[in-house]
Amino acid sequence: MSSYSDAINKYDPVLGLETHVELSTKSKMFCGCATDFGAEPNTQTCPTCLGLPGSLPVANKIGIESTIRIGLALNCTIATYSRFARKNYFYPDMPKDFQTSQYDEPLCSNGYLDVLVDTEEGSKNFRVEIERVHLEEDTGKLTHAGGATGRIHGANYSLVDYNRAGIALVEIVTKPVPDTGEYAPLVAKAYVTELRDLLRGLGVSDVRMEEGSLRCDVNLSLTPKGSKTWGTRTETKNVNSLRSVERAIKSEIERQAIELNNGNTIKQETRHFQEDTGTTRSGRSKEVAEEYRYFPEPDLVPIAPDSKWIEELRSQLPEQPSIGRARLAKEWGFTDLEMRDVATLGAVDLIAETISFGASPSAARKWWAGELARKASEDGVDLTVLKISAKDIARIDVLVTEGKLTDKLARQVIEAILIGEGNPDEVIAKRNLAVVSDDSALLPAIKEAIEANPEAAAKIKEGKVQVVGVIVGAVMKKTGGSADAAKVRELVLKTLGS
Amino acid sequence: MSRITREEVANLARLARLDLAEAELDEYAKQLEIILESVAKVGEVATADVKPMSHATGLVNIFREDKVETSLDREEILKSAPATEDFRFRVPRILDEE
Repeated sequence: MSSYSDAINKYDPVLGLETHVELSTKSKMFCGCATDFGAEPNTQTCPTCLGLPGSLPVANKIGIESTIRIGLALNCTIATYSRFARKNYFYPDMPKDFQTSQYDEPLCSNGYLDVLVDTEEGSKNFRVEIERVHLEEDTGKLTHAGGATGRIHGANYSLVDYNRAGIALVEIVTKPVPDTGEYAPLVAKAYVTELRDLLRGLGVSDVRMEEGSLRCDVNLSLTPKGSKTWGTRTETKNVNSLRSVERAIKSEIERQAIELNNGNTIKQETRHFQEDTGTTRSGRSKEVAEEYRYFPEPDLVPIAPDSKWIEELRSQLPEQPSIGRARLAKEWGFTDLEMRDVATLGAVDLIAETISFGASPSAARKWWAGELARKASEDGVDLTVLKISAKDIARIDVLVTEGKLTDKLARQVIEAILIGEGNPDEVIAKRNLAVVSDDSALLPAIKEAIEANPEAAAKIKEGKVQVVGVIVGAVMKKTGGSADAAKVRELVLKTLGS
Repeated sequence: MSRITREEVANLARLARLDLAEAELDEYAKQLEIILESVAKVGEVATADVKPMSHATGLVNIFREDKVETSLDREEILKSAPATEDFRFRVPRILDEE
């Protein structure tokens, strides 16, 4: 019995998720600095986001509206009166020595998000309840020099880039989610996937986990079966892909079960997910409880959304992802199961985009949910991270449809694109991958294949045409899959006079 | 009855990164006691129907449009930093975080 099923037989997991979403506002939350990802270090800073004396913050209206829209989409109650608060701490990622956040008066609270998960009894709905959605600011980015992972060996300092400090950041916190049993990792992954699609649909964030605009912390505790008291929870940080969400929870369930089985207690602590091993490791245990000394931010006036404003924002909400998916499934001719697979892979938008570039829905699904999903899984990344675009896949589909590429050649083209050899046409030219349908190019290989398979050739001559596959197969093998199979078949039959 | 203990002052000092001597802890505990006593007087008149006040103006919903404005010149901001490297602020290393 695996350690996972052993753990699940003895304990019920209770999970919770904290998700941080960087909003895609043009300017920062409390000042006019730009928010471009990947800009030169410290080129997007000003007295306000650097916390220089005398500077005053003013809230970005789109940041506030985006947060309310997220709350509405998550079925939350919108506060009629909400304040910002200072979260005080000393760490160089915030030059002000506090983070502007929200404390006891979040903008949105008490919502839910329904997610579908495939279980042994078929597809099952799990309701993930939302505790709160609040607005804060992102922190600066630290580069640690020295140590095992640092850039500069032996150095003993950190470098800070404050471009990210002050960018609008929304935190979405779930209530504890009990009763998911063995499906806990899948429910968590489905929740983050659904949330990502919802946020993308709202257009409030570009939700790129690989760039850190969507980040996840996972809380988990185990309760012995039959017990009503929840166990001590751990918080795992650094869970930065959909796949990692699932893996982090699974490994934490296994780890905690082993601790409990050995009679140990679970320490309440922060743990870090490690992408390479798929396990969590303990962070530095805190000797003293964190005390942030929150107090209302005196420099920002309270937010008091009236019902007119809220209803206006509600009326502008896009359709829910689940409704959108049902519509697309119908439009694309996908079964419910196919659509759910595609959604689980996080491939809905990629497929939509591929179709918009001219691919057929079935081909778009075939590539993204097949070959490319396998690649992504091998590399341990999400589909969106692969170095191939919807446009590339659409072009490949067109070439396959036109008979200029076989599936096998198409896979080689995809391989080449993934390692950076260029777009489909460049790769085909460079690697000479086009389908060969020219008689003179094919005939020598056909002649050779017939000589190598005299028995099959004899049977075909006798009229047993179904044996032709043997020769065609040999030719395909000989030509590395680049031959036009239909043409080869025609030529083989012609050569053998059948 | 004292409103603040010496231990609480020591904890506040730790949170504020203030290195206080033993004698200073006693001294500040005494001073803070007087401040807290004065502030407590407000509690005598504040009834349950008076909400704690955080802002004096009564203003709400003051926003700015989402418009990009010019940032500071990088050379300028890095000039006032004690140490820099690669156009970044250089700070003492803090272990095992992030």
